[in-house]
Amino acid sequence: MLFFALEKTEFRVLVEHLLARHEVVGPKFVATNAAGKAVHQFLPVTAFDELALDYETTEYSAKTYFLPFKETLSSYTLDGNDWSQEINYRVQPRALVGVHACDINALVKLDKVLLKDNFPSPYYLSRRKNTFIVGIDHDTPCAGGFCRAVGADTVTRGFDLYLTDIGTRYFVAVGSDRGMAALERVSARKVTDDDTHAYLAAKKRFADAAEVDFSVQDLPNLLDIEFESPIWKKWGEQCLSCGSCAMVCPTCYCYGVHERISMDFKIASKFKQLHSCNLLDFALVAGGHNFRPTAESRLKYRYYHQHRGFSEAYDEPKCVGCNRCGRACLAGINPPAVIRDLQEETR
Amino acid sequence: MTSALLFPYEVKREAEINEPLDFNNKASLKHTDRVFKAEITNIIRLTDMEKLFHLRIVDERERFRFSFQPGQFVMLEVPGFGEVPLGISSSNSNKGLLELCIRKAGTVTNILHRARPGTRVGLRGPFGTSFPMARMKGHDVLLIAGGLGLSPLRSPIFYVTENRSDFGDVHILYGTKERTQLLFDYQYEQWRRIDGVNLEIILEKGDAEWQGEVGLVTKLLDRIAIKPDNTYAVVCGPPVMFKFVCDMLTKKGVPMQRQFVSLERRMHCGMGKCCRCNVGATYTCVDGPVFDYWTVQNLKEAI
Repeated sequence: MLFFALEKTEFRVLVEHLLARHEVVGPKFVATNAAGKAVHQFLPVTAFDELALDYETTEYSAKTYFLPFKETLSSYTLDGNDWSQEINYRVQPRALVGVHACDINALVKLDKVLLKDNFPSPYYLSRRKNTFIVGIDHDTPCAGGFCRAVGADTVTRGFDLYLTDIGTRYFVAVGSDRGMAALERVSARKVTDDDTHAYLAAKKRFADAAEVDFSVQDLPNLLDIEFESPIWKKWGEQCLSCGSCAMVCPTCYCYGVHERISMDFKIASKFKQLHSCNLLDFALVAGGHNFRPTAESRLKYRYYHQHRGFSEAYDEPKCVGCNRCGRACLAGINPPAVIRDLQEETR
Repeated sequence: MTSALLFPYEVKREAEINEPLDFNNKASLKHTDRVFKAEITNIIRLTDMEKLFHLRIVDERERFRFSFQPGQFVMLEVPGFGEVPLGISSSNSNKGLLELCIRKAGTVTNILHRARPGTRVGLRGPFGTSFPMARMKGHDVLLIAGGLGLSPLRSPIFYVTENRSDFGDVHILYGTKERTQLLFDYQYEQWRRIDGVNLEIILEKGDAEWQGEVGLVTKLLDRIAIKPDNTYAVVCGPPVMFKFVCDMLTKKGVPMQRQFVSLERRMHCGMGKCCRCNVGATYTCVDGPVFDYWTVQNLKEAI
């Protein structure tokens, strides 16, 4: 990896270069919540000052810019018994500025499923390749986050540029030739020993603050052993099966495919809509049988996929520890509490 | 105005995606939602609820490129209405013709039941794992179906009967609810006449006209003499049947790794993406639908 030092004023120039020709999405202040905390979301910005780069977290993850909640897969022109199909993958290049390590790690995990595994998705590929990603480290971990427990607090790939605040300048990691080309537009300079020391100190400060008192190493086995555990009933009874957790999750990718047809039967479209394994109809089949009829079985399945299924397939949990699901949950279900409960069971 | 920093990336420019569409090559980049256009050439009424559809892929080159193995499934799409996963019911030696047995159960299947021959539908696939027919060669084969399970089982039945000399004794055991629900009843006589093939049928509920056995399919299985070290079993049917049939086979000494079942789940993509068919960590569409019984033992809530 190549590293450079970039004055903050120069970074502003870089973003303004991007803003001049492209859509730029970044953390934007949207409201103050009931507790008096600032609420941020990843939204298109029109000026550098709209970017709140010191944000704590966002309600929604950056996933929506890669896996939109609704996406057209193909469209049809129908004519009697015959029809023709049209598919379009084209999206405009876009810059995503100011994403934290967790959200970039989430994209790296999604890449494994959607690009590197069976049947690479051309829809995702198009959005991924057309998004220029500038990541940023935050000073202090977000409240409730447990990225360090799942190894998602640092990131080594999946971005074009990655910034760490070291006073008046950023320590910049370059993750692609596209990132390098962008950096050449502004006056970045070689890193000095001072820069490196400041960078390592910032990293250590964050790592120490992000330390959590539980681990997820034993979960793949534990989830198998505790499959019939009463804790699933306890948490399942609270679950409202609303799917908020999957909506805000940066790595939840499951979906349903639906079709629409015009009143005159002339045009139709097939679209995918993100779904949630907590919704009642997730595993409901024609004929009326539901493979997961209870909130308990569906909630358990969510944890099972996050910490066992994905681990089995890719040697790492699917969860990046952002705790967005915990914050969004209307019933107060959050992963650290559920995981601790599960680990208590076997003590 | 500064010059552009970012340049558009076009998926269609990738050399890989312009290759002929082949769903059997899972690793290649392809138009995942492009369908083969297929024409319904023939519709055969099986029961009040089930019809057999003959399909032919319209494009000649696509038709001859399309190949599948017994046990695999396709996604059948009626543009504008939806897509459904269906186990292939025909012989894989019959290039260019695909038979799908469809029960009237939901939106898409109801539309299909009202379709006339000549209607054009979309096909994606084939997807999933298949029954290891090559490995079964030289062995006795037990083919066991319950209810609609006879539909996907018909593909290995064709394979075994078309390559009769490659296999030892063949038993086909089929159980269903009642006489009016018997599928493919016009084919029983043909199968029975094949040397070394034993077909037995049982109904859960008999009636005045039914001369045969009454009970569950396990009753038929119980009295068959099995050579445990030389037998492969293929089981298709409702999940509850797997448990009873496979446990009986295991008790008779057939290794779990030689018993194959075909699981059913809700599916929206067929490509290990939508998660709807997930059983624990496993995608029924990519890692299945055909699993050996030992693998099933290790899948939580599989049956």
